[in-house]
Amino acid sequence: MNTTLVLILRRIGIAALTLLLVSLVVFTISSLLPGDAAAEALGQSATAETLAALRAQLGLDQPAHVRYVKWLAGLVAGDPGQSFTNDLPVRELVAHRLPKSLLLAGLTAAVAVPLALTIGILSAMYRGSPLDRALNVGTLSMVAVPEFLVATIAVLIFAVKLRWLPSLTLVPENATLAQLLKVYALPVMTLSFVIVAQMARMTRAAIIDQLNQPYIEMAILKGVGPARAVMTHALPNAVGPIVNAAALSLSHLLGGAIIVETIFNYPGLASLMVDAVTSRDMPVLQACAMIFCSAYLLMVLIADVCAILANPRLRA
Amino acid sequence: MQRMDGLSRRRALGAAGAGLMLPQAALAQPRRGGRIRVATMASSTSDTLDPAKGALSTDYVRHNMLYSGLTQFDGRLTPQPALAESIETRDHITWRLRLRKGVEFHDGKPLTSADVVYSLLRHKDPATASKAKAVADQFADARADGPNEVVLKLTGANVDLPSILAISHFLIVKDGVRDFRTAVGTGPYRLKLFRPGMRTIVSRNPNYWKAGRPYLDEIELIGVPDEVSRVNAVLSGDVHLTHAVNPRSVKRIQASGAHAVLETRAGMYTYLVPRLDRTPTGHPDFVLAMKHLLDRDLIRRALFRGYATLANDHPVPPGHRYHLAGLPQRSYDPDRARFLLNRSGLLNVRMPVYASPAAEGSVDMASILQEASAKIGLRLAVNRVPADGYSSTHWMKHPLMFGNVNPRPTADLMFSLFFKSDSPWNASRWRNARFDQLLIAARSETDEARRRQLYGDMQELVHDGAGAATPVFISNIDAFDRRLKGMATIPIGGLMGYSFAEYVWLEA
Repeated sequence: MNTTLVLILRRIGIAALTLLLVSLVVFTISSLLPGDAAAEALGQSATAETLAALRAQLGLDQPAHVRYVKWLAGLVAGDPGQSFTNDLPVRELVAHRLPKSLLLAGLTAAVAVPLALTIGILSAMYRGSPLDRALNVGTLSMVAVPEFLVATIAVLIFAVKLRWLPSLTLVPENATLAQLLKVYALPVMTLSFVIVAQMARMTRAAIIDQLNQPYIEMAILKGVGPARAVMTHALPNAVGPIVNAAALSLSHLLGGAIIVETIFNYPGLASLMVDAVTSRDMPVLQACAMIFCSAYLLMVLIADVCAILANPRLRA
Repeated sequence: MQRMDGLSRRRALGAAGAGLMLPQAALAQPRRGGRIRVATMASSTSDTLDPAKGALSTDYVRHNMLYSGLTQFDGRLTPQPALAESIETRDHITWRLRLRKGVEFHDGKPLTSADVVYSLLRHKDPATASKAKAVADQFADARADGPNEVVLKLTGANVDLPSILAISHFLIVKDGVRDFRTAVGTGPYRLKLFRPGMRTIVSRNPNYWKAGRPYLDEIELIGVPDEVSRVNAVLSGDVHLTHAVNPRSVKRIQASGAHAVLETRAGMYTYLVPRLDRTPTGHPDFVLAMKHLLDRDLIRRALFRGYATLANDHPVPPGHRYHLAGLPQRSYDPDRARFLLNRSGLLNVRMPVYASPAAEGSVDMASILQEASAKIGLRLAVNRVPADGYSSTHWMKHPLMFGNVNPRPTADLMFSLFFKSDSPWNASRWRNARFDQLLIAARSETDEARRRQLYGDMQELVHDGAGAATPVFISNIDAFDRRLKGMATIPIGGLMGYSFAEYVWLEA
């Protein structure tokens, strides 16, 4: 286990270095955007005088490297700074959005992962059968249909025509579980549509890969039933690629939910970041980018650790 | 001496009622109580509680819910007394504002002249980053004369001051307030929750200075940028009221039976701007050719499905009290355009024209213009640039481009901001000394007939010479649940000029 620990620590170290590089890249790229926060805030009514005053107020008159070092120092100390556009601490803005994004991602994962595994395992077990074909066609067309189309059609059917579900995801304060499920039904369904397909395809491929191995043939020759051959023999060996596929799909849920956030007007982190880009609100933009990057690294780390723990050969 | 009389509330409402499109709504008895949700077209982390910084419809609505102004517009854009009970002046330079007594801020502090002085003068400080600084720069000085009177001195005469004070940026805040993380105003609603980019919730102010108002218990304001989502939200009953509906959605809304639309002709326009200080866009023949190449009727019918009114290359919309009806309507005339361009040898130039979703309808207008130009042999290349960063990177930086101007309450502002020679937003860099003279003269002209004459002359000058090809005025379309009553138009913008909150009620 000690070697595993070292491995994980090394991974964390690399992740920290990656984050530092990302911070530099994000800072550089965001300063390449045309216009700055002062110009965006004043818009058409900007004059040279008000622009200069606002720039000085926001600290935009300082050179870029000074601003970067200041921001990085603040970030390390746990303070990502103040938003340019509304004087609120970035921490507060993120604190309202991050839990919402995590809740949406969590609910989607809770629906999508079991569904994807079931579909993947079933189609692997009955590969070549009409069921497998049907699931294949189904998942492929799910991947092929863009999110906005799924979301819009779902809203037209379930919200506008049938009036079963709300068209906007507005979570009331102190919502009950039933309310919560109702409000989240459409966005979770839309997001699941895309990631279920990816995960199911990966699961199917990984399990079929194992099912072609000699040890499965051996097990079947020894009289193991098809269900048991898949569940207890093939699946544990296929965990690595499956968890990796799941990690990639799930990390998409945090930052890549922008279309769903827009259509359902869901106040998540992705739309916060888009707002920040539009208003050139660099502290918020950079904070969001760092969160997405950390989440991605964390998911990949977890996937790797799972793969290591599931595979005795890697553990050694 | 000019005096703005304190109209009784009944009469003020009657005046607003004249512009109503739903007369039965005005006759019904308002009912108190209920909660509605309203969706505006934009909401982001730059949402603000500071009236001086108001930039988007969501801000204007929020500010009008929380704060009151010294004056407010009725349905004909005539300023009515609000926090200022009366406004008096002899020379239109020095104004005496008498404040309404017994008005309280949401925290119980009484309204005094110090609050008003602070609220007006803070716009002059560049650090306030006020959107209305250019307008506020004409406030030379303001001082309190006792607790209930303010003397406001202007840099020059301006008859329109009562209208200017009704602009939402000049809503009254508390003396000395700099921190706008919360809002303490004298408006019809109190702030309950404010999350920038997410939602604003306000509850009824029981101490509102207009007895009996407002009617609703609570309003939740959200921003839904996606138009399809916004309309779906209204149709599914999640939202009671929204604005900026695409004309293409109107049929769907009307088909539902439970919803209605309301058109506001506020005078917003998208216009083509040839820079007069560049070649060849500065050639008078080129400018006039552009004006003749815009197929206004096609734009009105095809782009806006009739939810627009023809414009005549000047900023004063039909229906405005100073609109010059006698000015011949300029029309689509490709032959004349070809003649003009041929005469000055400009038919063979290749010009890029910049359009952006930031200027409503401009991308489609540019296509229509491009097609019309191609027919006469002029090659225009449409450059579609993103809305993001438009005003800082593109606006007024290209020789031929589209821009968009929001409605302004007075003819003076329409002209001063966008056509006066020294205005920073005079996009085409049009210089006309006579126009500037007329503009200044109109500010101090009290004789209504003479004033109309002056504004008529200005419209003619802009129509003839300015680098502004304005095809149509674009209407705003509100969509709402029929149970919501009291909706009317205040033509400074949709949603009753963003001030629906104090007028509407919910039918049981």
